[in-house]
Amino acid sequence: MTTPVLTPIADLTARFPGSVTKDERAGYSGFLVAKENLLEVAAAIRDEFGYDLLTAVTGVDYLAENKMEVVYHAYKTTGGPGLVFKVQVDRIDPVTVPSLVNIWPGVDFQEREAWDLLGIKFDGHPDLRRILMWEGYQGHPLRKDWKEPFFEEEVKPFKSRWPDGKHVFAEEKNPFRDNLNFPKNFDPDAYQPEAEKDLYSSLERFTLKSESGLKTDQIVVNMGPHHPSTHGVLRVAVTLEGETIMGLKPVMGYLHRNHDKIGERCTFLQILPYTDRLDYFNSMSNNFGYVITVEKLMKIPVAERAEYIRVIMAELSRIQNHLIFIGMLLNDLGTMYTPSLYAFEERELILDIFEAVSGARMMCNYFRFGGVVRDIPEDVMQKIKGLVQDRLPAKTDEMDRFLSENEVLVGRLKGVHVINAEDAAKFSVTGPVLRAAGVPYDLRRADPYGIYDRFDFDVAVRTHGDMMDNFLIRFDEIRQSLRILEQALKQIPQGPINSQKPQYQVRVPAGEAYGRIESPKGELAYYVVSNGKPNPYRYHVRPPSFVNLTAIEHICRGTKIQDFVALLAMLDIVMGELDR
Amino acid sequence: MENEKFSLPNYNIPEDLETIVAITTLDRLYNWGRRSSVWPLMFGLACCAIEMIAAQASRYDMSRFGMEVMRPTPRQADMMLVSGTVTKKMLPAIIRLYNQMPEPKYVVAMGACASSGGPFKEGYNVVAGIDKFLPVDVYIPGCPPTPQALIAGLIKLQEKIDRQSIKKVRWYDRKKEDANYVPMPILGPDLIDVRRNAEIKQAAAAKESAS
Ligand code: SF4
Repeated sequence: MTTPVLTPIADLTARFPGSVTKDERAGYSGFLVAKENLLEVAAAIRDEFGYDLLTAVTGVDYLAENKMEVVYHAYKTTGGPGLVFKVQVDRIDPVTVPSLVNIWPGVDFQEREAWDLLGIKFDGHPDLRRILMWEGYQGHPLRKDWKEPFFEEEVKPFKSRWPDGKHVFAEEKNPFRDNLNFPKNFDPDAYQPEAEKDLYSSLERFTLKSESGLKTDQIVVNMGPHHPSTHGVLRVAVTLEGETIMGLKPVMGYLHRNHDKIGERCTFLQILPYTDRLDYFNSMSNNFGYVITVEKLMKIPVAERAEYIRVIMAELSRIQNHLIFIGMLLNDLGTMYTPSLYAFEERELILDIFEAVSGARMMCNYFRFGGVVRDIPEDVMQKIKGLVQDRLPAKTDEMDRFLSENEVLVGRLKGVHVINAEDAAKFSVTGPVLRAAGVPYDLRRADPYGIYDRFDFDVAVRTHGDMMDNFLIRFDEIRQSLRILEQALKQIPQGPINSQKPQYQVRVPAGEAYGRIESPKGELAYYVVSNGKPNPYRYHVRPPSFVNLTAIEHICRGTKIQDFVALLAMLDIVMGELDR
Repeated sequence: MENEKFSLPNYNIPEDLETIVAITTLDRLYNWGRRSSVWPLMFGLACCAIEMIAAQASRYDMSRFGMEVMRPTPRQADMMLVSGTVTKKMLPAIIRLYNQMPEPKYVVAMGACASSGGPFKEGYNVVAGIDKFLPVDVYIPGCPPTPQALIAGLIKLQEKIDRQSIKKVRWYDRKKEDANYVPMPILGPDLIDVRRNAEIKQAAAAKESAS
């Protein structure tokens, strides 16, 4: 992973002697900040050193050392390597750390997630509620001493399956004979469920007096989790004044499938198929992000041919994602089905390729550490060439011609849901939404991974940050992806497709790694901590959909409820990765 | 009425009346109507929902089999296609939707997750199969099932409908209180299935530690 722009990493220790030290554990990098000075140091990191984009916040539970650690990854929207800083606190209840929500508002949901899953209290966070589980749930699942109801063993492969093979159903081992765990002497008959008081009080309901003396009231409307256009099982609670949105809180977790916890039980290789199911439109990109993270830890090279195959697959994936985006946005605007049928037609052709190389249409599980699992057969290569050179450019132009100047579409999109560059960066928004707001921040350029530095392409960027630009930028990106694909198809060499021998279990040295890629939806990053064992000690996904959603209330306050559905389409969220 | 299964065999209808007269049983008439217009509830849970959409879209075109009219409201739907992982947090909403559906109502579990919890079974927020709560008519294996598999599963459902008798179907059973109603689970310290309260209480009392 070469980084061409070698801006030196800011030396925090010189600026804050005493309160900041270098993280000198083997395999680790970055700085350790004393909890008392965190706010001061963070403000300096943003203002003096210029790291304006805080992409990831997460916690690690170091049970053996009796410590909890919060890890921050800060970057610059102008590109270059990032800055990692950490806070370590004693593992005594309650674990508290100052909240950075006033410095980078984008940490809002991520801090809530750390509170929910790890029980780290962020002092000064205005709305610290559980986010993925419900209020009233027992315990913080990602703590190392917390065990799920179907707990079998600390790590896989479980002995009951391999090598002994005496499997007993998980239900039979649990006292409740199901995936349940209740505290001792719990009485379900006497239980009063927690009403969602906190959610509604966070929406600040208030009464307005109009000039004429009429008393008007704001109403709270819940959309979802079953709603035909919330793109899955997202729920939002909205305060309305007439048709205008005054406040809005997304409620998520309806598809929380415990990705992190399951990942920490799995071996490194076993996680790979789970990553397919994060952003289920783009399993190829998800694989990509995960393997480069683990390759960073393993310090292994990638086979040359595989590098090209990876790029080809990731870019094809981006194209089909953006086509579906266009179809779905139009669906949400009321053009029921026709544009999305066009989009699905092209998507099927791309899925055919995925199926031919990996055996599965959607859940490809195609990448491996050091390369990919199978080569692209020659006839499939010809098919890809046909698609990239003829069919897709023509179809993209066709879609563009049919839609982009349609008066109704322009009327509904132009000037609606604007987010400006400064706010987008503040809320840690990444991906096409950030670029549509005028920030040319694309990881393929800003912090190249794989072999993206070898290709000639432009970073698509627009300036208005409204829905129209978000719509058009997807066309731009499809065209750029096609450019990359053409070059990749021309340059791809023959050779092995994996630098390693196929192996059942990989050796990963101890240390931490943060690997990120430009997924079609934004920055998809994985934070993996290894302690040298066959399973990761900590495995965390930083999904773009989830973090981009932080800005949603800011974008839609004051707009009409009718447009809100289209906003969800514009942010291009997908629940599998939002809730994990 | 060109469905050859519709008319009973062994009745001779004069040739000039064949297109307008049919001799059949009430069950056959009902089943014929129901199997040819299964209206699914428009509702997706996870990755499987994308294959469900693909099955409806350009290439696979599910409407060839008479089941494409997706209804966003449960009040107009006949069939709930549980397409994806059922989480504990989502379950009350799913049960509510099911209770709101009028009869006839069918449940199809699409994919490994809806059938059994699938790859996520061990997860703390995952319900290991929707059949713990709802009566499932057809299970479709796969992760995700391909559109072909989904269509095959729905054709199985049609075959099942063909064999129904209005006298015996669950939802017209007078003896049962309300055969269509599933009690709502509650989100407590964990998911509380209210039908199992006594059992939960007993097991919680017998627990060793106070964890
Ligand atoms: S069965 Fe597989 S594809 Fe379907 S919801 Fe579950 S994980 Fe996703």
